[in-house]
Amino acid sequence: MILIRAIGLMLLLLLGMLLPSNASESDLRAVVAKLATASNFSAIEAVVRELAATGDTAVERPLAALAEGSLYVRKADSVVFVGKESGDSIELLDALTGEKSGEAAKADITKIKVNNTLRRVIRDALGTLTLGSKDPAVRIAAADTMFKTPDAANIEPLDTAIANESAAGVRALLEQARAASVLVSDRPEADKLAAIALIGARGDRDAVSLLTSVEASSEGAVKDAATAAISNINSTLALWDAGQNIWYGISLGSVLLLAAIGLAITFGVMGVINMAHGEMVMLGAYTTFVVQEVIRNSFPGLFDWSLVIALPLAFLVAALVGLIIERGLIRFLYGRPLETLLATWGVSLILQQAVRTIFGPTNQEVGNPSWMSGSFAIGQLSVTWNRLWILAFALGVFAVLLYVMKRTPWGLQMRAVTANRRMAASMGIRTPWVDALTFALGSGIAGIAGVALSQIDNVSPNLGRGYIIDSFMVVVFGGVGNLWGTLVGAFSLGIVNKFLEPYAGAVLGKIVVLVLIILFIQKRPRGLFALKGRSVEA
Amino acid sequence: MRGSFSTIAKMFSAGVVTAGLLMSVPAKAADDTIKVGILHSLSGTMAISETTLKDAMLMLIEEQNAKGGLLGKKLEAVVVDPASNWPLFAEKARELISKDKVAAVFGCWTSVSRKSVLPVFSELDNILFYPVQYEGEESERNVFYTGAAPNQQAIPAVDYLMSEDGGSVKRWVLEGTDYVYPRTTNKILEAYLKAKGVAAEDIMVNYTPFGFSDWQTEVSAIKKFGSAGKKTAVVSTVNGDANVPFYKELGNQGIKAEDIPVMAFSVGEEELAGLDTAPLVGHLAAWNYFESVDTPENAKFIADWHKFIKNDKRTTNDPMEAHYIGFNMWVKAVEKAGTTDPDKVIDAMVGVSVPNLTGGYSTMMPNHHITKPVLIGEIQADGQFETVSQTPGLVMGDEWSDYLPDSKDLISDWRAPLSCGNFNVATGKCGGKGTN
Repeated sequence: MILIRAIGLMLLLLLGMLLPSNASESDLRAVVAKLATASNFSAIEAVVRELAATGDTAVERPLAALAEGSLYVRKADSVVFVGKESGDSIELLDALTGEKSGEAAKADITKIKVNNTLRRVIRDALGTLTLGSKDPAVRIAAADTMFKTPDAANIEPLDTAIANESAAGVRALLEQARAASVLVSDRPEADKLAAIALIGARGDRDAVSLLTSVEASSEGAVKDAATAAISNINSTLALWDAGQNIWYGISLGSVLLLAAIGLAITFGVMGVINMAHGEMVMLGAYTTFVVQEVIRNSFPGLFDWSLVIALPLAFLVAALVGLIIERGLIRFLYGRPLETLLATWGVSLILQQAVRTIFGPTNQEVGNPSWMSGSFAIGQLSVTWNRLWILAFALGVFAVLLYVMKRTPWGLQMRAVTANRRMAASMGIRTPWVDALTFALGSGIAGIAGVALSQIDNVSPNLGRGYIIDSFMVVVFGGVGNLWGTLVGAFSLGIVNKFLEPYAGAVLGKIVVLVLIILFIQKRPRGLFALKGRSVEA
Repeated sequence: MRGSFSTIAKMFSAGVVTAGLLMSVPAKAADDTIKVGILHSLSGTMAISETTLKDAMLMLIEEQNAKGGLLGKKLEAVVVDPASNWPLFAEKARELISKDKVAAVFGCWTSVSRKSVLPVFSELDNILFYPVQYEGEESERNVFYTGAAPNQQAIPAVDYLMSEDGGSVKRWVLEGTDYVYPRTTNKILEAYLKAKGVAAEDIMVNYTPFGFSDWQTEVSAIKKFGSAGKKTAVVSTVNGDANVPFYKELGNQGIKAEDIPVMAFSVGEEELAGLDTAPLVGHLAAWNYFESVDTPENAKFIADWHKFIKNDKRTTNDPMEAHYIGFNMWVKAVEKAGTTDPDKVIDAMVGVSVPNLTGGYSTMMPNHHITKPVLIGEIQADGQFETVSQTPGLVMGDEWSDYLPDSKDLISDWRAPLSCGNFNVATGKCGGKGTN
């Protein structure tokens, strides 16, 4: 505490503020109360600056609340409170101390509005105030903010913070923030050159951003150093960009794999042109939505587990629908591909309209569990958690499916029926049931793909439409009837697509990929990994 | 307007619809009612947006009947389903006018569906009320545009971002879905920005296909473009379903509204309903109406809507307000003309003024566009918009953009004696060309 106070006091002195030191609580309250009467954004901004200028760490609470939009004014007496929503009413907390001070109905209080400019001002103010926080994460955030908004006045508080910093990682960030501030100050050229070297070593986009503005505003040696540093960083970033493209490609590939893997069974193994495949994916996504709704209403604590719970349910729902479709429709149409195509197309329309009637035409909200939100960085490569999980999940599903096909009696029967139906039937395999269960398996897999896709796409009745063409593309390209082909096909299409996108744009990129596939199919009509065997000749 | 139909797909859905599997209300032969056509997709990709407008129209008609109808007759809604299928829009419009003899039609969402019904409306001489913001460059005698023209949405939005309140943006990303509305709007915006002194290298234009869901490359390109030491903003004409993955990716890659705000023209309350909005707080949208607008008219409209739809969670949005204004204008014009004859009503429409939901009056101008206020809103954690800026007065819809070389000399005035939708003031002749 003493340390924090000391830093607070230092900040106060060093920032050269006008207010007397140790602004007392009543003074602070008087300033906070001004928020109630501030009529527009610039008036609120003035109050925010005044609060920040006190240098008192107590203003952190009202400022943070203001940025979040949870600072309220009670209409009756114009007192400012931090509000916490609890049901229909709002729990009021004291703006400075955070003590509970009763409740209020929503109609009795007004929220203090903020816009982006204000949020930025508050963030900058909090950056300086929270340099001395005990939580390293807060100090890192503060250093980051100060790096992005360099100010000559920041140098001295940063010097103090650097001297007191014990964690090496945080200290490096603080030094970079200091260097950024040095560059905008009127310090001697030698200092600035050292600062440029330090920032150049940071090597990320923010550094480029800062150096570009330095380059534009300075002359002589500093300008040259900045130019050199920028080109240096840019050449390293170009390498990282290539890495990033590969990662994006792999990630797109994993989505394609998930969408296509069920089709690899129904179309690839069984030869059914299943236009309702996308709707199985959609059913899986809607199952996730229903599971999350139930959890939200009855067991809010389980929310992070919602996807795990949804997985088996989505599999069952989609597999059951698949079973009904196979028994009720497709089994009458084996060997008649055109009619199968028409019939399954009809089924897909019926399923879409059914979902639209039950859930309504609008998008449904499916939340991301906490472990699937945000991103982390490897060097200059940013990897989002949801994409990483989906990749792991797609590979997991693939491995399980491969095991089922290759190592279980059921898989053996499936392959036997595919290879030679009559021979398999004469060996005592009940081929109609194998067909039904294979179709159900393919549909069920599509269902669990829906659980994963609900995390990155929107859950609407049209969800399946977007994936059906891509799925067929992957299966045909990879080689009909070959799971490994689907895997390689999905990842190569993903990577090629993502390498084309930055140069050709998303629209043209997709067209180029399609043309490439058409040319490829001309050359190798059976795809990458052609299946050999009787079924091919039959 | 999204989704990639194959030709086969279109053929089938058309077949299914005409086979009568989907909803269609049969017309009753009754002379004591005035029929009003509702031409919104209730199935297919556009159902997500258009179903709400159908319901809003049914509500407005019901309310008008409760007030005693129109010209002493009851109004009767005739609902058809064009199934998000553009040629079917023309077919259904013809059916409404020739078979059901409707007095006016309220409908369409996408520009391509509007373009597909235009010939039908001028041939059979009926009235279409079009409630969605669009790219402009059009003015037809039989169409009344109650949504925003580019100068009632896009230009004020960019002005806001350039202002000090909006963050004094210097670098621009124009991100859109690849079809006519974003392409034309971006063309206008690019010309406008350049006229304001923005250098060509400070503008990045990018298009993505309909229903695009893998935004990783685009978002990191935006991040890269934004790291040039100048304040950057994204102006998004991304349509429909593609928005959800776009915003999710922005959130995941840590792009905050304070650093790079996204100003959207196609994201309203309804689109946000399918989204966890916490990471989006501070991103912007420009409309002529927000559900959060605090006026008695709006409070009543929302309460009526919740009662009609029997669901307190359903949101209202800008195109619904456009239908509200358009319907009331039509009612007033019919009363003024004393008949529902489309020819007389079209002439009576110009100059009609009715209250809008944001506390003012909207007037039908001679170019068949209306006057509206422009609001800029920031997304809040509860999925609503908070108005952060509003034009001081009403803005009049400008059908022919002043920033495009092909259309800057064109004006539209449907009053006699001019009666022309594309009068060229440079040559003094009726009949100039726009950009599309």
